[in-house]
Amino acid sequence: MYRISKEKLNDLYAKINETSGLYIPVKRAGEVNYAVWGEGKEVSLETLKTVKSPKSMFFPQTENMMKFKTDGKNIEVIDVREQFDERRPFVLFGVKACDYKAIEVLDKVFLGDPVDSYYKMRRETTTIVTLACSRPEESCFCKVFDVDATAPQGDVTTWLDAEYLYWQANTEKGEALTALVQELLEEGGETEVATQQAQTKAVIERLPFSNLDLSRFTPENLNALFNEKEWEEMSEACLGCGTCTFVCPTCQCFDIRDFKTNEGVIRYRCWDSCMYSDFTLMAHGNSRTTQMQRFRQRFMHKLVYYPSQYDGTYSCVGCGRCVNKCPQNLNIVKVIKTLGGKNND
Amino acid sequence: MIEETLIPKVGVITDVRKDTPDVKTFRVVGTDGKKLFQHMPGQCAMVSVPGVGECMFSITSSPTNEEYMEFSIKKCGCVTEVIHAMEVGQQITVRGPYGKNFPVEEDFKGKDLLFIAGGIGLAPLRSVINYVRHYRDHYGKVVIVYGARSKDDLVDIEEIQTEWMNEPNIEVYLTIDRPQEGWDGHVGFVPAYVKELGLDPNMTAVLCGPPIMIKFTLAGLLELGFEKSRVYTTLELRMKCGVGKCGRCNVGDKFVCKDGPVFRMTELDELPDEY
Repeated sequence: MYRISKEKLNDLYAKINETSGLYIPVKRAGEVNYAVWGEGKEVSLETLKTVKSPKSMFFPQTENMMKFKTDGKNIEVIDVREQFDERRPFVLFGVKACDYKAIEVLDKVFLGDPVDSYYKMRRETTTIVTLACSRPEESCFCKVFDVDATAPQGDVTTWLDAEYLYWQANTEKGEALTALVQELLEEGGETEVATQQAQTKAVIERLPFSNLDLSRFTPENLNALFNEKEWEEMSEACLGCGTCTFVCPTCQCFDIRDFKTNEGVIRYRCWDSCMYSDFTLMAHGNSRTTQMQRFRQRFMHKLVYYPSQYDGTYSCVGCGRCVNKCPQNLNIVKVIKTLGGKNND
Repeated sequence: MIEETLIPKVGVITDVRKDTPDVKTFRVVGTDGKKLFQHMPGQCAMVSVPGVGECMFSITSSPTNEEYMEFSIKKCGCVTEVIHAMEVGQQITVRGPYGKNFPVEEDFKGKDLLFIAGGIGLAPLRSVINYVRHYRDHYGKVVIVYGARSKDDLVDIEEIQTEWMNEPNIEVYLTIDRPQEGWDGHVGFVPAYVKELGLDPNMTAVLCGPPIMIKFTLAGLLELGFEKSRVYTTLELRMKCGVGKCGRCNVGDKFVCKDGPVFRMTELDELPDEY
């Protein structure tokens, strides 16, 4: 294990930036989000939850997929993925354990057959440096989903305390990054990291949602859960604003659309939300006509459908963003408590 | 550069056939004049008009047709309206094939088959019926029941009357909803006709059509003694990617684009009622 004094972090960022783009939590206009690092940017590793998750690094909010040139009756399809060849490798720095787990959840979708090449190209050229949590807050419930906030995976794992950032490489990519910044690192930190981990774990145990019981959310209970009467009451206040889906690190749904430019048609994809009424709208009807159905879809997908499709892995990582951001104070914790059975009382 | 399923191929429309007042069948080949890709009966393709949109359609031609693919498209939305205005020579984009096909080799072989279609529901069935006709001796008895609102709404009626109805070992029963001048065939809704025909319940049945027709026809088949596990149908939901990633056609733990569109009725019973 290595460490680097906090005063030297700027040198670390600058060194990484020599060969790779660096995406890191940056404070701008009072909000912290992942952004490209540059001299003078206000990095905030201490911020527990960026407003948006780092999923946009691999699955951008909007991305151009291809172009079409039309000439009379003829069409030419232009593959715009060549832009990836010229793209610098990236380092995604400061990813929390929950958000890292969320990337693994997205990997199952986008790297599963057939591979999504847009996602894969971004994923392959990125080195992920995770950062352990030392100050979890009340809205965190990652423990419920077997996430260890004190020991995130990734290519490099780091821990931060008042004086140092501690550094441990986990993969070949991580070793390569470590070699690049070696001159800035010194050995040491095992004791400090172990102490911090023990303290943080004790805090996590006491968090109000840390012991939610998920045992009822199984594929066998799919229809029973779907038909629960409580969905009506739980969803009554839902505005269908989609905020939960946009801040969610695992929400994967997207739209594909075209827009016409002077240089032809650009086909792009963008995040979409199952909370919106036109998500399932077809020329001849709509399979989900009420907000209750849309609300139910989102939580059933996270807690039952996705696990049924992917070996029992839940598509929620307990980051708590929806707990903090829903304007109507609706969230997955309430759904788990309401439908999860008596162990959640 | 690795292959990307979302990037389509360019196809050329080589024939347009007006089947009914609102259904046209489009014949499509690649820019090299050859078939764009191979498929199996029941599989679908994403057809797009760049700048307008992309939609999923069943491939109505049989895989045994080596020259081209056909799509029977009903004019009912913004993309299909533009497609309907297209003429021979117009290029479109196509990607696929997507979804699970009818189990023509795995389950249908050697069985007696009953095909029941309503309206544009004939489009996915035409592919499997012509596949079965091509390998006729691999299958038992073939019975086809097809209905539409009027005689003008029967899709592909020319092929049905000149080819299917003239084959000695295929029984074809046509019906229209209301009496009409120039129609001396059966009049009545498909579910009632199916019951009237007193069909052999040991057949494997395939149903395609509007949800209301499927619901009542299935009830009729069960009354006749058909087994649910031997009745197949297809689902249709909004789709964007076609490969189980965009999330739109999700029902329960299935994606219609990837796990469907072909389902056994017993599989549908296990899904939440939201399709």
